[in-house]
Amino acid sequence: MSYFADLYATYVRVYLAAETQYRAANAIWLIGIVLEPLIYLSVWSAVAATQGGEVAGFTPGDFAAYYLVLTLVNQLTSDWHMWEFQYRVQLGHFAFLLIRPVHPIHGDIAENLAHKIAMQVVLVPALGLLALAFRPHFATNFESLVLFVPALAFAFALRFAFEWMVALACFWTTRVMAVNRAYFMVLLFLSGQVAPLEILPGWLAAIANALPFRFMIAFPVEVALGRLPVNEILDGLALQAVWTAACVALLALLWPAALRRFASVGG
Amino acid sequence: MGAPAISVEKLAKTYLVPVREAGLRAALVSLFRRESRRVTAVDAIGFSVEPGEVVGFLGPNGAGKTTTLKMLSGLLHPTDGEAHVLGHVPWRREHAFLQRITLVMGQRNQLIWDIPVADSMERNRAIYGLDRARYRRVLDELVELLELGSLLERPVRNLSLGERMKCELAVALLHEPQMLFLDEPTIGVDVTMQRRIREFIADYNRRTGATVLLTSHYMADVEALCRRVIVIHHGRILFDGLLAALVASFASHKTVSVQIAGEIPDLSGYGEVVSRDGERVALRVPKAETPKVTARLLADLPISDLVVEDPPIEEVIERVFAAESVP
Repeated sequence: MSYFADLYATYVRVYLAAETQYRAANAIWLIGIVLEPLIYLSVWSAVAATQGGEVAGFTPGDFAAYYLVLTLVNQLTSDWHMWEFQYRVQLGHFAFLLIRPVHPIHGDIAENLAHKIAMQVVLVPALGLLALAFRPHFATNFESLVLFVPALAFAFALRFAFEWMVALACFWTTRVMAVNRAYFMVLLFLSGQVAPLEILPGWLAAIANALPFRFMIAFPVEVALGRLPVNEILDGLALQAVWTAACVALLALLWPAALRRFASVGG
Repeated sequence: MGAPAISVEKLAKTYLVPVREAGLRAALVSLFRRESRRVTAVDAIGFSVEPGEVVGFLGPNGAGKTTTLKMLSGLLHPTDGEAHVLGHVPWRREHAFLQRITLVMGQRNQLIWDIPVADSMERNRAIYGLDRARYRRVLDELVELLELGSLLERPVRNLSLGERMKCELAVALLHEPQMLFLDEPTIGVDVTMQRRIREFIADYNRRTGATVLLTSHYMADVEALCRRVIVIHHGRILFDGLLAALVASFASHKTVSVQIAGEIPDLSGYGEVVSRDGERVALRVPKAETPKVTARLLADLPISDLVVEDPPIEEVIERVFAAESVP
């Protein structure tokens, strides 16, 4: 087995073992993961009801489908390591990450994968129950479902690289939490979480389309729901690829700078 | 002799530390005008360590020990100066360098908290790319030497501090590093466990020929492990040499203990009485006068036993810090 295949397999196995220790915690995480989109779903369904059954073409069934898929996509693309960076530096855990002959991002990716695998055990049944309660209306097609796979993979890679990059701010400021919060506010509005980007005012939708955040969450959701024609999906995938490559390149540039910074101020 | 394991020349590290007075006013001022000052943690130090040596790095808190250790293990970039460890410039963090060193910090741990120790071992096996046969062999050795036995199957959170420290050492040594940086490896651990860990480190050094740079506040660690010590204070090296030479040059007094049969007379004329326990009296005597005083004691009094000892190493080190000059 090659070095990295063994490394990832071992990491995932070890972290999965840790995940099984956190069953109660994962059940609580589930509430957070499900509750927020549920609130938006309820609000938009209520708005649709008062506006004669739909908002900008979205019926309550469309909203239900949108938010169920969004919950899944949001969970599958999310990562929590950016919240850990501050502690890593403050508590000196970073020293152990740097003393090892492998880039720490691999451990984080693997830990993320292990957490995702463990979470599906509770998330998928929860989404099933919500589907029964909210009666989503799916109008997807075969091409869309096939293209959802690369869209989701790119969304994960892009979001992971972007958030790891934001987290490196902890080497320049001791209050990286503030930076993280600012990022999550932007993400909330521009990634289709508060509302589907299609129903945003034109200027805001234009901003969202020009930035990478849509491609982290909303785009794969739109693809899965069959709301985009194939040519638009392909354009979107190309843009995702460009954003991901740009982020990875920037991360590769920033990492040595962050290390130099760490090495000069200590930790 | 070949190349040294560690060579350090004029190595220096200054930190830029923000300064601000306490209180709200100062806090508000600092929003607009930040002040900082340079603090020299390590001030142009130089030394070299031969392969296989065990060197004790001594100094009070804030002396620059950990900063030096961090520079030599590649975590910190020096402000000035040069260092080579196993032929590498540490802060370049080359793969071949990281494969050959390890760092153990008594106050921090790299084991994964919630799962058995064996899982953390397995993770490090993959990180260091150890083949299974070699991993098995090294792990078995470590389990035997450190008497880890059933500890491997227990979650880290259920281990006592001493047990955890033994496991920390084991996980840090799986890749058979040739250079060990041990930053207070016995801190907070009970005396028996301290001795175990100490014996293990000495044995590991003998068997593998690995070089060890160790900091500790426990002089027992230093006495048991290090023939040579480097004393650092305010970022500068005050002493670098054999532990015995440190005691010889800094201990100004010796302790003369006598056992006297019958009533004990006033002994203050011979030296400062530091303790008295039944028939046994301990006197603190200036080193130069020790032969004369012992001769007088033996001539004047019905002495049944007499022992001359160096003062405890703690006391010697204290004198070094107080003197702050290289003899």
